[in-house]
Amino acid sequence: MDSGNLKEILTVSALNDRIKAILEGLAAVWVEGEVSNLRRPASGHVYFTLKDMKSQIRAVIFRSPFGGGWNRPAAFAIEEGMSLVCRARVTVYPPRGEYQLIIDAVEPRGLGALQKAFEQLKARLEAEGLFDPARKKPLPFLPARIGVVTSPTGAVIRDILTVTRRRFPSVDIRIAPVRVQGTEAPAEIIRALGDLQIAGGIDVIILARGGGSLEDFAPFNDEGVARAIARSRIPVISAVGHETDFTIADFTADLRAATPSAAAELAVPLRAELLETVGSLRLRLIRRLRQERGRRRERIAELQGRLRDPKRRLADVRIALDDHLERMRLSVARLREAHRQAWAHLSIRLEHRNPRSRIAEGRTGMEGLGRMLRAAWEKQAALKKNRARAAMALLSSLSPLAVLGRGYSITRRRPDGLILRRAGETAPGQEIDIRLAAGNLNAIIIETFKEPSDVQREV
Amino acid sequence: MSKEKFEEALERLEEIVRRMEAGEMTLEESLKAFEEGIKLSRLCTKKLDEADRRVELLLREEGELVTKPFAGEERES
Repeated sequence: MDSGNLKEILTVSALNDRIKAILEGLAAVWVEGEVSNLRRPASGHVYFTLKDMKSQIRAVIFRSPFGGGWNRPAAFAIEEGMSLVCRARVTVYPPRGEYQLIIDAVEPRGLGALQKAFEQLKARLEAEGLFDPARKKPLPFLPARIGVVTSPTGAVIRDILTVTRRRFPSVDIRIAPVRVQGTEAPAEIIRALGDLQIAGGIDVIILARGGGSLEDFAPFNDEGVARAIARSRIPVISAVGHETDFTIADFTADLRAATPSAAAELAVPLRAELLETVGSLRLRLIRRLRQERGRRRERIAELQGRLRDPKRRLADVRIALDDHLERMRLSVARLREAHRQAWAHLSIRLEHRNPRSRIAEGRTGMEGLGRMLRAAWEKQAALKKNRARAAMALLSSLSPLAVLGRGYSITRRRPDGLILRRAGETAPGQEIDIRLAAGNLNAIIIETFKEPSDVQREV
Repeated sequence: MSKEKFEEALERLEEIVRRMEAGEMTLEESLKAFEEGIKLSRLCTKKLDEADRRVELLLREEGELVTKPFAGEERES
């Protein structure tokens, strides 16, 4: 059973090469562990052992540019005992038969704490009203001059210049150069924002930085920077990192742009669009005036058609006037005729009632009656005269005076004038009047002599 | 015309067009509005036709604010 020719015998080098091929074929991994055996040789590379409770692995961070993607120093210092999360590839070093990690990104395990501090500051400023939509200032429609707070080198300022030039080539740019990371950055950004307030003529400010990690954005999560943005009288557009990165500066700014290019687009209108807008407005204006004219022309034509010649109207009026006059004349004549007839009729009726004949008749009657009256009266008078004469004769024969003439007298008692017929009607001493045929006597009774019948009557 | 005035001019122009289109004007008014509108549109276009800009650095020298030409400004097409 000779199996020797089936055996593959490798040299150490070949074996290590195979191991290297296998291990280095692994994809990059994220690994977490604690730093130990930290060494910093003069080369600037950082060597340490990453370990956990049960196991350990050697690791290196190359100083740029030799170590691949890792071309910037860590924002924090790596220290012995520190917990790290690293992105790394496994490499094999055949001369020693060792393998190790080459780390190209590293975050402190304490990242949670940084995140927590961010959340706390955000909550505090929000409660203070710094993010209030009501305090956000509107952007100018077309800024005359834009202030840019960013690094004067690199892609960010280049993008902003390119985009603004493309959109509207006559907008001036003032760059307030600052460092956008590191401990000096916040103070520089605050001062730059202040300088732009007094530089004059700046209508909008762009505060920008390219992509990076949370530590890189630290200046934009600075409370002082947030307050400087809030203080700015000029509207501020923030553009920090990429679309998914939010910083305190973004919340405080009047507008947040996803990227620096986007900020430039928001700050400056598109000239072509404005040209089109103005052009279309002008066109509408012209079209409208034309329409207006056409409409009015039509209206005038229509009105002209309806317009009547005043002379024609005058003729109408004249005819109407004539007509009225004629009718008036006729009616006056008619009225006069009617009155005349009424008058004639009344005259006839009046004539019929003329009292002249009746007066004449009356007069004749009256004369007859007068005559008759007179005849009757004369007859009566004669009659009465005769009767009066007879009565007078009779009267004369009956008159007491006539008796007196024959020697009788009339005795009256005083003072009552009673004609005395009996002696008893008077008494001695009483005055009496005695009428004689001629003259009167006043006498006093001396004695009375009563006749028996008279006495009897007294008893 | 300053750039702040551009927006005012544009707004006024829009207002004029809107009012003319509403047809509420007398002929005299609309002629006047038209004249003003055309003038405004010329002003706006003139503003839009400006091409030059200045890109400068705002710096502090001995505490004083100064501006200096920005070397990074290229003539992009």
